[in-house]
Parts: sequence; C-alpha cells; structure tokens
Amino acid sequence: MSIVFMRLNNKLSLIGILLFVSSLHATSYGQDLMDMLDKETEKQSKPDYVTATFKTTRLINGHSVENVAKGVLDFRISHRFGFLSDGAYELFGLDQASMRMGFDYGLTKRWMIGVGRSTYQKQFDGFTKYKLLSQVSGGMPITVSATAGIMYKSLKFDTPDRENFLTSKMYYSAQLLIGRKFSESLSLQLMPTLIHYNLATGINDPNDVFSVGAGGRMKLNKRVSLNAEYYYQIPGHQISGATNSLALGFDIETGGHVFQLNVTNSTGMTERSFISETTGNFFKGDIRFGFTISRVFTIVTPRY
Amino acid sequence: MKQILVCVLLCAISAGSFAQPVFMTRNGKISFFSKTPIENIEATNNEVTSLLDIEKGELVFAVLVKSFRFDKALMEEHFNENYLESSKYPKATFNGKILNLSKVNFKVSGTYEIEVGGDLTIHGVKQYQTATGTIIVSPDKFEASSRFVIKLADHKIEIPALVAEKISKTVEINVNCIYAPK
Repeated sequence: MSIVFMRLNNKLSLIGILLFVSSLHATSYGQDLMDMLDKETEKQSKPDYVTATFKTTRLINGHSVENVAKGVLDFRISHRFGFLSDGAYELFGLDQASMRMGFDYGLTKRWMIGVGRSTYQKQFDGFTKYKLLSQVSGGMPITVSATAGIMYKSLKFDTPDRENFLTSKMYYSAQLLIGRKFSESLSLQLMPTLIHYNLATGINDPNDVFSVGAGGRMKLNKRVSLNAEYYYQIPGHQISGATNSLALGFDIETGGHVFQLNVTNSTGMTERSFISETTGNFFKGDIRFGFTISRVFTIVTPRY
Repeated sequence: MKQILVCVLLCAISAGSFAQPVFMTRNGKISFFSKTPIENIEATNNEVTSLLDIEKGELVFAVLVKSFRFDKALMEEHFNENYLESSKYPKATFNGKILNLSKVNFKVSGTYEIEVGGDLTIHGVKQYQTATGTIIVSPDKFEASSRFVIKLADHKIEIPALVAEKISKTVEINVNCIYAPK
C-alpha cells in the first residue's frame, strides 16, 4: 500500500486517504470495547449536581440551602425547652416547652413553600424558598438559595385602648443562603439576613434588623452529623437587649425521619424570633435543649 | 489519477468488509427491585449506555448511579449517600461476553436464549457475575433482556445493623436494551 501512496503526486489526497483508512481501522478493530464505552459515556455526560449538602431543609433553627423534593410534604415538629439556668425547680428547663408545627412542600425541584404555627407568641408563619444556583462538581462552586418569610404574631395587643393595626403584628424576613459542600463530611453556609418590623419593638429600636449568619455541618458517620449555626447582628441595626443566636446540634437520620437534637440560646423558631429576639446568653447557661422531628411523605409520585 | 481511483475503490471495499460489528444503545433500561417487610425498594435508570460486539460476543455496560430514579426522593438520596456512595463511585459497569455465542445467529430474526458472564463493578467492587437472558434479533435491531440477582455483600454495600432485618440482602436486577448499529 505504502508504495502505491509514494507514487501519488497529490499530497493532499494522500493525507486524505491515510486519514480515511486510519479512521476505518480505529472503529473496526484494535480497540477495546470498554474504551469505546468510556468515550460514549463521556460524550453524553451531564452536569453532576452536588446533592445532600445538608441532611434537611433547616440547619438548626434557620434554613439550609436544601429543599424538599418536588411533590414531597415535610411535616416538622420542633420543641425548645426552658433555660438550663432556670435550675432544678424547672427541671433545668424541661418543665417549659415552646413548640412549632410546620408543613413544608416542594412545588418544583427548586421551589418550596411552608407554613407553621408556634406556641411562642401564638405566631403563624409562612415562607418560600427558591434555589437560584446549584453546586456542580467541577463547575459552579456554590449553591445559592433565597428565602422570603412572613410572620404574624396573633397574641392579643397589650395596648387594647390604643388604635391598633393588624399589620403592626406582622414581620418579614429575607435571606440569601450561600452554601458549599466542601467534602462528603464538611458543608458550610453563609446567610445574610434582613428582618423587617412593621412596628418597631421600642422607640429606639430599628424597623430593619440586619444580620449575617454562618453555619455548617460535619458528618460524624453516614447517618449522624454535627451542626453549628450562629447569627451575628450588625451593631446599630439590632433590637436593644437582643443577643446573637447560637445553636449546636446533631442531625440523626433513620429511614424516613430526621431527628435534630440541639442546644441553643434562642426560644422562637422563626427568623424574626430567633435571629432578632434572642435574649439568652449562651455562655452564662441560658441554653435550651431542643429537638425537631422531620417526617417526609411523598404526595405526588414523580413520573419518569 | 488512475491509481487514486484504485486506491479509493480498495478502501471502499475494505470498508464494506469491515462492516461495524458493534451495536449500541444510549437509553437502555436497568431497574432493580428488592422486597422488604416495610416497603419495596425499586428504582429505574433509563440512561444506560451499552455496546455489543456481535462478532466477538463482547458486551459492556455503563450506568451512572445518580441516574437511578426512585418514587421516594429521600430513598434516592439515601441510596446515593449511604449505600452506593455515588460521589465516590459514580459509575457501575459490566464488562463481559455472551458465553454461548455460537447459538445466536445475528443474521436470522428470532429469539435466542443467551448466557452472559463478566465483571460487574458496583460500589467500586468488581465481582464475576453470570446471567441468563434473551436476545431478540430483528432486521434493524437487537433487543436484549435479562433478569438476575446480586448479593449486596458481594459489592460491599453495607446495611446498618438497625435496619438489617428490614432490608433484603439480595437485589433483583432487570436489564432491557435495544441495540442499533453504532
């Protein structure tokens, strides 16, 4: 063959034919079928979205970048007991309990909504959370979600003789959640937060409370993780007497349930109540034991 | 000029005789099923890539573990996170052969019983696996299907002690692929 090729005047056609022949040979034999398969799968590779940055939609008190899946209902019951520092008479806080019951639902893969009711100040709350960006391995480095919440304190006005407006008991929150799963065991998150009070708490208190939260989780094994969450209120934009919320906890996963055990200095379980209205000092024993049970139900079975 | 013509002709002939013996699918289906006292565990993957060399009888599969779809999202998450560890072992593969190739005539339409054997790699653990199945030969395609059972322990897929009684130690796997010329 090569002698035939040598005689050819036209070099271009020589190269053309050589390429043609070599390509024929490459696909017909001399190549391992497994290599061919690898090439095929590479060709159709899709973005590899990072999943399970956190075990559930809440880090401890506040939101994580996780959403409930589409068509799934998450029923959550949370308890926070009294301060440990209340002493033996209150059985270290266990005699008092504050509770929130909530229903969260995934409308789409990226969009979830939820409602809840807390015994703390007879509060109703609702929120929506949308995943703007998803972390991709070898691509987008972070997951970003945005939340917006509305809270309504249904406790009766303590000044009934004054002209009161229903809207005075309404509060709003907006958060940006920026999270990254650094490894199988370590995930971290930042949460710039704005909380708006229609009616400021006191004459010198702001209507808008700004804070930045930081938190993360460290997996201890496949089913247990250690979580931490802290909200730093920007000085000058906080309610007088309010302390920063700190929480430490474990997530324990058992089949369809996730148990979250925690200790925190906060009482409420909505943004407005734990971020801007925490009063306890964590390091002086103002610690509450608390837990959350999350149980998911598949309402709409996905179609594939 | 005459020589070029001869050359092209030669190549054309050789191309004809080297007719691709490799057939492929990009949307093969693999599902698995495991019966347990509490609830059945089942999932389907419709994005299976497989190649079949009808001359050598070689058969290879590649599956992205993350592409298995469950009815329950949480089950899917646990499957990936806790059992198959799909971020560590993203792919499951099979590299094997049709053991009774002489009994299959890929040029004559019909249904043939086949035996397949080869290395099945799941959860990063390679295990020799055999399976029986059928291959339906028609003029434009081959449809292969198989059902076999694997042991989770063979692939070092751990079941926590807490749920050991409730999760089956074996899983039934169903494969269905329609191959077309590559």
